[in-house]
Amino acid sequence: MSTYVEHAHDAHDDHEHHDSGSQTVLGFWFYLMTDCILFATAFAAYAVLYRNVATGVSGKEIFELPYVMGETAALLLSSITYGFAMIAGYKGNKSAVLGWLAVTFACGAVFIGMEVNEFHHLIAEGHGPNVSAFLSSFFGLVGLHGLHVTAGLIWMTVMMIEVAKTGLTGRAMTRLNCLSLFWHFLDIVWICVFTVVYLKGAM
Amino acid sequence: MSQAHEHAADHGSVKSYLTGFVLAIILTAIPFWMVMSHGFTKQATMIGIFGFAVVQIIVHLKYFLHLNFTKDGKLNSFSFLFTAMIIVMLVGLSVWIISTADALMLR
Repeated sequence: MSTYVEHAHDAHDDHEHHDSGSQTVLGFWFYLMTDCILFATAFAAYAVLYRNVATGVSGKEIFELPYVMGETAALLLSSITYGFAMIAGYKGNKSAVLGWLAVTFACGAVFIGMEVNEFHHLIAEGHGPNVSAFLSSFFGLVGLHGLHVTAGLIWMTVMMIEVAKTGLTGRAMTRLNCLSLFWHFLDIVWICVFTVVYLKGAM
Repeated sequence: MSQAHEHAADHGSVKSYLTGFVLAIILTAIPFWMVMSHGFTKQATMIGIFGFAVVQIIVHLKYFLHLNFTKDGKLNSFSFLFTAMIIVMLVGLSVWIISTADALMLR
């Protein structure tokens, strides 16, 4: 009985302090699930089209796995550093949050820089998205992920400014939580990208 | 007390993030090595890279996104499972339909 009352009290407490925040995060999670489906359509398009190289190159000729490994390392590292930023956030350590967010931003920027460089090389060598259905779907899928990461970087910049100016308010923590889901979600999408596109393509 | 415990479970600790990170590195390195070493048959490599990808996604969901089946985490986990089902249907059936149509073209 006493446990039940305590629990009910806890739940009530939770309602007062955290509910709007946790509902926002849950809503953001549902958005991410729809984003998952958007990515799934891009993967389906790639899976259907990747054999149609027309007169252009196939994946085997253009994919450089060591380079992709570097991109993967940058993104994976940014995932754990974001995790450390969240842990620092729950401890209320503002400067640590800003530091870890800056490290995360740097890793994400390295990833995007490498991807832009890869795209630039491909287009400069005449393997642009207009060459074949394979290259169109490749640029579409990998570019879609790159755009998401870029949006994440912009969001992270905004959060760094907010935290620096107003501190770790409940509102800022809710937003950091949403960005955390977004950022880790993009890492999961990247696992699918390097498996389906690069590893399978280079085989 | 119970609240503090819940928080630790929800948001992860340094240890759980590090565990996830190390597992993710291993689960990334193996499929890359399988493809780059050319030491496996095509079929074994395919099964290997997709198998490791699925395991790594589960590791990320558990250690980075903290999905769980507790009272608070249920809704997130079930919405993910529902989405995963939609994705399997969307991608799997698309590939099946189009490849069958392709085969029927008698090229």
